[in-house]
Amino acid sequence: MSEDILRMRGITKRFPGVLALDGVDMRVKRASIHALVGENGAGKSTLMKILSGVYTHGDFEGEIELEGEPARFRNIRDSEESGVVIIHQELALVPELSIAENIYLGNEQTRRGVISWDTTNTKAAGLMDQVGLHEHPQTLVEKIGVGKQQLVEIAKALSKQVKLLILDEPTAALNDSDSENLLELLKQLRENGVTCIIISHKLGEVLAVADEITVLRDGQTIETLDTEGDAVTEDRLIKSMVGRDLEHLYPPHTPQIGETFFEVSDWTVYHPEHRDRVVVNNAAINVARGEIVGLAGLMGAGRTEFAMSVFGRSWGGSITGDVTLDGRRLKLNSVADAIKAGIAYATEDRKQYGLHLDYDLRENFTLPGLDKVSKQGVIDLHEVTSVAERLRGEFGVKAPSVYQLAGNLSGGNQQKIVLGKWVFTGPELLILDEPTRGIDVGAKYEIYELIHELVDQGKGVLMISSELPELLGMCDRIYAMSAGHITGQVDRENATQEELMRLMTLETASGGEELRQ
Amino acid sequence: MTIKTTADRPSLLTAVRNINLRAYGMIIALVSIMVLFQVLDVVMQNQNFITPRNLTNVILQNSYILILAIGMMLVIINGHIDLSVGSVLAFCGAVSAIALSDWGLPWYLAVLVAVGTGALIGVWQGFWIAFVRIPAFIVTLAGMLLFRGLTLKVLGAETVGTSGPYNDLASGYTIAGVDLQMPTLIIGIVGAAVYVALAVRSRSRQVKAGIAGSSQIAWLAKVIVLAAVIVVAAFTFYSYKGLPLIGWILLALVLIYTFIANRTVFGRHIYAGGGNEKAAMLSGVKTKQTSFWVFVNMGALAGLAGVIVTARLQAATPDAGNMFELHAIASSFIGGASMTGGVGTIIGAVIGGLVMGVMNQGMRVLGVATDTVQVVLGLVVLAAVFFDVWNKKRASGGPIVGTTPGGSGEAKRKTPGPDDSGPAGDKPKDKDPEPAAAD
Repeated sequence: MSEDILRMRGITKRFPGVLALDGVDMRVKRASIHALVGENGAGKSTLMKILSGVYTHGDFEGEIELEGEPARFRNIRDSEESGVVIIHQELALVPELSIAENIYLGNEQTRRGVISWDTTNTKAAGLMDQVGLHEHPQTLVEKIGVGKQQLVEIAKALSKQVKLLILDEPTAALNDSDSENLLELLKQLRENGVTCIIISHKLGEVLAVADEITVLRDGQTIETLDTEGDAVTEDRLIKSMVGRDLEHLYPPHTPQIGETFFEVSDWTVYHPEHRDRVVVNNAAINVARGEIVGLAGLMGAGRTEFAMSVFGRSWGGSITGDVTLDGRRLKLNSVADAIKAGIAYATEDRKQYGLHLDYDLRENFTLPGLDKVSKQGVIDLHEVTSVAERLRGEFGVKAPSVYQLAGNLSGGNQQKIVLGKWVFTGPELLILDEPTRGIDVGAKYEIYELIHELVDQGKGVLMISSELPELLGMCDRIYAMSAGHITGQVDRENATQEELMRLMTLETASGGEELRQ
Repeated sequence: MTIKTTADRPSLLTAVRNINLRAYGMIIALVSIMVLFQVLDVVMQNQNFITPRNLTNVILQNSYILILAIGMMLVIINGHIDLSVGSVLAFCGAVSAIALSDWGLPWYLAVLVAVGTGALIGVWQGFWIAFVRIPAFIVTLAGMLLFRGLTLKVLGAETVGTSGPYNDLASGYTIAGVDLQMPTLIIGIVGAAVYVALAVRSRSRQVKAGIAGSSQIAWLAKVIVLAAVIVVAAFTFYSYKGLPLIGWILLALVLIYTFIANRTVFGRHIYAGGGNEKAAMLSGVKTKQTSFWVFVNMGALAGLAGVIVTARLQAATPDAGNMFELHAIASSFIGGASMTGGVGTIIGAVIGGLVMGVMNQGMRVLGVATDTVQVVLGLVVLAAVFFDVWNKKRASGGPIVGTTPGGSGEAKRKTPGPDDSGPAGDKPKDKDPEPAAAD
């Protein structure tokens, strides 16, 4: 038996127009904890999806060897039979079923075709003991916390004779003590011969628990570090994760920054369902006219939640804090209020939340600004078509006519419609959430130019992006967010990826809020 | 797959070929069904089906279903369903009959009482659906039982007769003593002229602005055909007794509701909320209020339909409107509504209702037994929706039967808790930006 349980060689995966993985190599030692780190979009999840059979053999190039044998998975079941189990960040449990039922879901313990509840519950109790989950097997999953749900997932993996366990951001939703328990459990599993791969943004945690760390960047393996031998520090990891130069992807622009006109202060938002979970904690930002302000943060930092809660309380519960625009304190109780006050929010998920894909350009362009093309509630259809025609031209939407359905257009053109529909409402402040996600380089450039035009007209832009180079290339000032806190802000001149990454991974659980500059 | 011949040269033929099947399919289906019955009647019974009398009867016998279908269409477009309309209709009819006969109110107040009662019921149901977020299926299922029970209660299991001008609403041919036969022809011709004038004006504005959506020939064909249909219909009704009063009421409702659906902010919000509720909400549409008013409207229309049913039977009965909800829902789906909401037209609902009505009338004239009629109508509903599904797949080029997305075999994901958490819900956690953001 070789020392490596897993070898992946030359893994290349293409999506339409995107090279997600480019010849990735990875080796994982038997009975070790191996961390996989990288920026959002580096290809971590894609790689793990390939390993767990989500993308089937043939959909990608390269070789996977599991315990020295070539592995060709056609689906998840195949990979699970070989002992590879993935636990996604969003848990795949059925909340209305019991713990035991969830553990044996899809693998029901039957005798002559009839489920044996005795066997199910007894065996489940044994597995729950192994993972340190002290609950009754018949407790419903919805009654236990996220930390314990995570343990249910691991027990479920153990029930499948797991050899290689993959955990995607296992501690993202957990509090400190739950995280610690989980990491202890991983160490214990390692003793029992189970190999773990964890994907994590929390570098401190990674360094504490991992035996080896593989760094991915732009779909390529950068290096694999041994935490025993190499002197690995967080700084060392960050450099490895981001290390690249800004390319000439951004149109030239001379900012004309006016006075600060938009301010959010003492902004605190709770989760709408888990009422005791603070998602945005006492955040404060401001935007000046003509300024592009960035908001950086890792997944789950609370950027989108912050933006949407400001945008007429469209997300979150128990929202407190002040929003002022041009010195006026705004009362924003609905999206309509926010639009009327001159705020626009272009969502990160344009297909689900941004557009009506089954409707044509006219409907999509004019929906939030219908009052501008109507009198006393009666719409001027001629005006609707004219407006749509004008916006189609101004925003360079490549569509044969305004009667084209939004769903038939490419991502870049859809994004231009989203921008157009918000510009039509005549906003003073535009919040752009991941404005270039999933669109090609050419269209990105056009979107950047449109953003520049907007600020040149004296509007303010708050731009949320997971791509640090984009923030550095576009923004005049960048706020960093971590675990619901604004952990700092940096000017264009002082902004580096390393500094941002440091602020974005700053652990604020101790309550210490570090504001720089 | 497509036959490309002289497709580039505009001709009537290409215009016909490019007809949007989804938009005109139901009109074509309705006309085909009428022609089919005409042929069958001539062959089997040596008589005509397409007679002024038969067509007038189709209107008279289906008017209340058509009124319900108009409201139901808006409910379905908004992404809901209403199972209670049959019971609400019965209850409103009963209240109205009691107001007329027992309280001695004049006929117009009795009508107002019915419509008002219906609207109040809509307020009740709309509250639970829009603001408490209980699925419309449940709320209106409860309403179906509730208002049937209340109907029995107010009527005391008896019928309450109605008389006078109230009854003319359902079957009269005069308004305020004026016979409607000649006005039918005149208004029909004037209406066609007005339609043509409006179409020309709107077209010329569009052409001037360079934003015309269809080719000249297709537009011309549409205008000519529709104007001809209006004139022919007017003449047909004229040659019997004129369009009955209820026909005029229906016509007014169709025009008003088409205007609301297409030309008002409220109407477009009904569509936007049904098509993609979260996107609509994030665009500033007050989706809850919109849904609420849609149900208030449905209640009011059910109240009006209750008056018509009562007037037609000349009595309010405890079992009036039985199964009407299903006929109204079927009309909407035959007329092009989508189960998932966001799609449909008022005229579609009316045509859907007429397809059912014409089939019903046609088979009765042929002497087909009631049981068979039911079987055929059931199949028609299925066929119409299949046609819609097929047409959509044809447009997107996919296979007709069952596609499984991806085939990744990924475990079913479910987020716990009610769906009331605002558009993001647990969004930031379940997104998977890696492939998308990699470019």
